[in-house]
Amino acid sequence: MARFFRTFPMIAALAVLLVFPMFGQIFYTELVAKTLILAIFAMSLDLLVGYTGLVSFGHAAYFGIAAYAVALLTPAGAVNAIWWVLPASVLAAALAALVIGVFVLRTKGIYFIMVTLAFAQMAFFLFHDTDLGGGSDGIFLNSKPTVTVFGQQALSLENPTHIYYFVLALTVTVYLLLRWLLKTSFGHILIGIRSNEHRMVAMGYNTFHYKLAIFTIAGALAGLAGFLQVVLTGFVTPEMLAWHQSGNVLLVVILGGIGTLIGPVLGAFTFVALQEFAQGLVARWQLVMGIFVILVVFALPGGLAAIPARLRRRLVKGGGE
Amino acid sequence: MDIVSLLIQTLNAVQYGLVLFLVASGLTLIFGIMRIINLAHGSFYMIGAYMAFGLSSGITETLPAMIAVGLILSFFIGFVLEWAFYAFLYQREHLEQVLLTYGLILVFEELRSILFGNDVLGVPVPEALAGSIPLTDTLSYPVYLIFISVACLIMAGLLYYLIRHTRLGMMIRAGSHDRNMVQALGINIDLLFRIVFAIGFMLAAFSGMISAPMTSVSPGMGNQVLIISFVVVVIGGIGSVGGAMVAAMVIAFADVFGKLLVPAYAGMFVYLVMALVLLWRPEGIFRKG
Amino acid sequence: MTEMLRDVLLEARGLTRHFGGLAANSNVSVTLRRGEIHALLGPNGAGKSTFINMLSGDLPPSSGTILLKGDDITALPAHRRSRIGIGRSFQRTNIFPTFTVRENCVLAAQSRQQQPGSIFTPPLRNEAVVARSREVMALSGLDHCSSQVAGTLSHGEQRQLEIAMVLATNPLVLLLDEPLAGMGAEESSRMVDLLARLRRDHAILLVEHDMDAVFALGDVITVLVNGELLESGPPAQIKASPAVRSAYLGEDEETGHV
Repeated sequence: MARFFRTFPMIAALAVLLVFPMFGQIFYTELVAKTLILAIFAMSLDLLVGYTGLVSFGHAAYFGIAAYAVALLTPAGAVNAIWWVLPASVLAAALAALVIGVFVLRTKGIYFIMVTLAFAQMAFFLFHDTDLGGGSDGIFLNSKPTVTVFGQQALSLENPTHIYYFVLALTVTVYLLLRWLLKTSFGHILIGIRSNEHRMVAMGYNTFHYKLAIFTIAGALAGLAGFLQVVLTGFVTPEMLAWHQSGNVLLVVILGGIGTLIGPVLGAFTFVALQEFAQGLVARWQLVMGIFVILVVFALPGGLAAIPARLRRRLVKGGGE
Repeated sequence: MDIVSLLIQTLNAVQYGLVLFLVASGLTLIFGIMRIINLAHGSFYMIGAYMAFGLSSGITETLPAMIAVGLILSFFIGFVLEWAFYAFLYQREHLEQVLLTYGLILVFEELRSILFGNDVLGVPVPEALAGSIPLTDTLSYPVYLIFISVACLIMAGLLYYLIRHTRLGMMIRAGSHDRNMVQALGINIDLLFRIVFAIGFMLAAFSGMISAPMTSVSPGMGNQVLIISFVVVVIGGIGSVGGAMVAAMVIAFADVFGKLLVPAYAGMFVYLVMALVLLWRPEGIFRKG
Repeated sequence: MTEMLRDVLLEARGLTRHFGGLAANSNVSVTLRRGEIHALLGPNGAGKSTFINMLSGDLPPSSGTILLKGDDITALPAHRRSRIGIGRSFQRTNIFPTFTVRENCVLAAQSRQQQPGSIFTPPLRNEAVVARSREVMALSGLDHCSSQVAGTLSHGEQRQLEIAMVLATNPLVLLLDEPLAGMGAEESSRMVDLLARLRRDHAILLVEHDMDAVFALGDVITVLVNGELLESGPPAQIKASPAVRSAYLGEDEETGHV
């Protein structure tokens, strides 16, 4: 019975999301699509922050690298099938995460936060200063990838509604995939690393390998979000790798509550709603956002140390929701 | 490249390194002693620069007066900031510290925008220091840049003296090792940390202040300084002021000569150095306990 | 008649560890044999923790070698040492407080099964892992509270969990750092029984302050003072040694566990 009360709201929400584009304007369809992309981005970061205890302040790097990969790999005039563009861009992000992970995972605590930020800045400058990515203006996509199945066009990524359903499908897929992953022993190992890494090592786990694995997976998923973002908007700029982006997605994860997988999704909707609200009302929405962030930190009951209580409840129920 | 140009670039690197050192030393003090990760440190630098703009616009005239007012003002602001926001962050998780100081960055940016607008502003070089030292027939080196280096060296010397040879410095060093013990000895640790933080703020603001006539005063100027200071602290080791000096020089030279040798990739060069250091010593070159 | 020497499992030769100018351990050699409980005694600050940390791989020695069944493992990192059969329990309870007792043991047992086939399944579906965790919970007397969240256990029960987790990794050599610390009389005697039973198939290094337990269990006793090996031998020899008496036993007779 309790199960019903947990899953029913999610099914209901999903139903709303499914029919919503038929009633709303294009603007809102795109807005919700952007929110879902942010949700994927945030879920990927939650793997690191909420489950493994790795506070990465440079997660936007993989988001942006995948987006640039799409733009750079799809020259004008060619027909680019999504079947290779999507994997290629996600792979680019994953490779970047793997390489950077080898460096940053040698550090812990404060150092880790700082070096993840620094490497993201490095990527930012790579695209901002050099000719590689069109400089500070970014790149417009020549054409969006085609989605053809057996020669027939299945989706048109020029159509916002099609993009919306594509994004929704992927969001649900990512959610289910991660829910499965976190229920396996691998997921418990990650939580163990967050809880007591020293003991994990003493028990015979090569924690570096596991951290690198999840860092790469998280990077790949951030890349997926980046792919979707560039397909939705049609262009990519260095701002996608800016540390404001990394800060915002971290905030989204916190807003939704650490220790759950649906949290980042809720956080994404909360964040976008807030942004729309603040931007609509107040000229200086960044001030509102800043004050809000500060208040959130002050208001967290028991601080983030209260998080273990949540994790406890989750695990005792057998993991996942 | 001939000797004179080399000399000029070296002087530039030294000056950049010293400014970086001051900013980074404040950061490493706050990290090392108070265990707080402070993303807003770059904003402190920016506040100093805008302070210079404000002070030079007629409030005070002479350079010594400007510096004195600036130092006192920044110490006071740092003191209040710690009391209002940072005292809350002790013993808190890194994530909370990151978020709160990130929120502060946003607030500072907006306050700056409200008070000073979004244009790039200029701060005039004080007249007494406005000249140049001729090096060759065609090349000369601005006196003010030398002044910056000298001022930073003096500050660094004062910092060293404070930490090594005063009772306050001793308490700071003791407090970084064992907070409870220091408290048990009757020393007001809250006040001590507040002073340490104010010093850290002051160092960053001072750097921004004296650099202002040379760099422009613009939105977002704090961000880049912040990241580079992080790199300096990572390379030098948290808590090590000596390490910060070495690292700041390494970074400064890498940056200045990197721009000469590989201009397009100069921005990345610094991070490459950091990556190499990380491979060799993940805890920084001079890591303290 | 010479005693039959049992298998040498773990051997530490001349282990030395400096911290700056201070020598926490100087040239300490210890041999751990199967079927033997080797107790390590010494006043606070004698270097016992440093020594255990060097054996478990948490601290690299400044000089000296460590051999497991004749193989040099001095350079092996901590997680590898666990994999080859060195299990270590901690003085300050080092469990996963937000997991249940069962989950703690399962996580420990899972460490022996890290192949992709095993880790991408839910932990409770892995029969070998579940069986092993059931075994160790029974061994350490925790089967009645297997669903309890570890952080809510009593101190004594947490120490029992500490041991259960080490056992779940199927170690050959047990490095036990004050397993009896903070335990009541009944729990202590249960633990002593357990250790006596474990003796048969393992080599055990026991760091303990509880004198009664040490002399009841120890087959060999090594005394460390100021980082140096003062004396090593059977309990009777140690008890009778005047050097040991003055350096250590004298002061501890008052504080020893009754």
